[in-house]
Amino acid sequence: MRNPLSETIVGIKPSGIRKFFDIVSEMKDAISLGVGEPDFETPWHIRDEGIKSLEKGKTFYTSNSGLVELRQEICNYLKRRYDISYRAREEVLITVGGSEAIDIALRAMVDPGDEVLIPQPSYVSYEPCAILAGAKPVVIELKHENQFRLTAEELEAAITDKTKILILPFPNNPTGAIMERADLEAIARVIEKHDLFVISDEIYSELCYTENHVSIVNIPGMWERTILINGFSKSYAMTGWRLGYACGPEAIIAQMTKIHQFCIMCAPTTSQYAAVDALKNGDEDVAKMRESYDQRRRYLVHAFKEMGLECFEPFGAFYIFPCIKEFGMTSDEFANRFLQEEKVAVVPGTAFGDCGEGFIRISYAYSMERLKEAIGRLEHFVARLREENAKNS
Amino acid sequence: MREKILSIIEKNSRIDLKELAVILGVEEVDIVNEMELMEKEGVICGYHTLIDWEKTSAEKVNALIEVRVTPQRGNGFDSIAEKIYKYSEVHAVYLISGGYDLLVTLEGKSLKEISSFVSEKLSTLDSVLSTATHFILKKYKDHGTILAKKEVDERMQVTP
Repeated sequence: MRNPLSETIVGIKPSGIRKFFDIVSEMKDAISLGVGEPDFETPWHIRDEGIKSLEKGKTFYTSNSGLVELRQEICNYLKRRYDISYRAREEVLITVGGSEAIDIALRAMVDPGDEVLIPQPSYVSYEPCAILAGAKPVVIELKHENQFRLTAEELEAAITDKTKILILPFPNNPTGAIMERADLEAIARVIEKHDLFVISDEIYSELCYTENHVSIVNIPGMWERTILINGFSKSYAMTGWRLGYACGPEAIIAQMTKIHQFCIMCAPTTSQYAAVDALKNGDEDVAKMRESYDQRRRYLVHAFKEMGLECFEPFGAFYIFPCIKEFGMTSDEFANRFLQEEKVAVVPGTAFGDCGEGFIRISYAYSMERLKEAIGRLEHFVARLREENAKNS
Repeated sequence: MREKILSIIEKNSRIDLKELAVILGVEEVDIVNEMELMEKEGVICGYHTLIDWEKTSAEKVNALIEVRVTPQRGNGFDSIAEKIYKYSEVHAVYLISGGYDLLVTLEGKSLKEISSFVSEKLSTLDSVLSTATHFILKKYKDHGTILAKKEVDERMQVTP
């Protein structure tokens, strides 16, 4: 029999997180700081709208692009929160989570041989999606000393005459890094100079703790070259509803809609109705959750400082990315020993790219009680490692 | 800062003040000063504990009583409200808009104790026109906290 599998898919290595998940799920009493989704349930009024839509019999497909009402609410929201303008009917597409939007944006924009720039550490799907779209992923390794922001120099250095797309994953999972307006202005000049396009994954845009999130779309000249991706998972605690969206120039959105139409048909109808309510009535919920995350964030930054663990202050998302290089072991070893000896699960930085080596991702999408317990154990663990290292030296 | 402190201690009055300062990103001394000020001003009126008495062996009965009264010339409902809230059995007294005037919550050891309070003390007050007593059978949620079920983390343990 011939090999039934595609060489391309076999060549893609499975997500590094998966391996770790298997180990953790076998340990019954482990506490986890490894989750990439909010600890809050979806606010009740949003769930209620989903339920009502079912009661009313809204159980059919919507149009491929999604409910016009929802697309209009998204436009209102983007205008209100970030001063970004899109036309609801032509420039917005409702997708199955931000994940689908990433995939189809790449497929709509690259041809074989095109290079896609992927700053890492970052979310696990960009590289495989670029490969599946036939493009060549090119990693830009972000640096701790730059607070894991993308600099114009790093971008410039990665560009070849094949480069077409830059993925811009900020606020960032796993580092918690953000890009401020000045950072975006600096890279925008390079993007324009080399005639690149941007896929800006702004799924954590509501979780910025210093000032309001700035989108690259806000930088002059960038609207025309950017697909903005966002969704409901992180801001409204709606991960399981699988709902996101992509906005951009009509010519690109139209082609993305074509792929979406053939692969997906339309995003879940119930989720779309619930999302309309999220955008109309959810601002206060978002503010409350943000305040909660911010309190935990300050707690962790303080705790790491007390422990003497090197860590830059993250200003976005709900992750903190401390450096563990002082212990002389890999991220994998650290995470495994921490799990075995203290029964706390964190994710090795390498799950998000090779340059995550020497770091671990800690999620603070957990209650303060849980975080305190886990940080107590981390203190314990760190003290023991330092003692061991002192003996050996 | 005031509202932020209050919204946290409303849920957890036992929080360590040093920790409160850390999570709000301010100095501990500012928290201490602000709280003392709020105590003086009567913004903070006490530090209570939320108890699910159902889970203890203590016998307690709670009731809500709707009271219709004749307001008095010169001081409206205040003096009759004061007459009612002075009883130690009375937990809370609210002036209410709508079909009746005062909502009184009571705690007693038994139904009988509450009924006799209503019939002997409350109803006999001069300006009280009528009462309607509702006994609380079960508390599902109190002070914003769900008492009925324990929350479990339904999420997968590790996700990207």
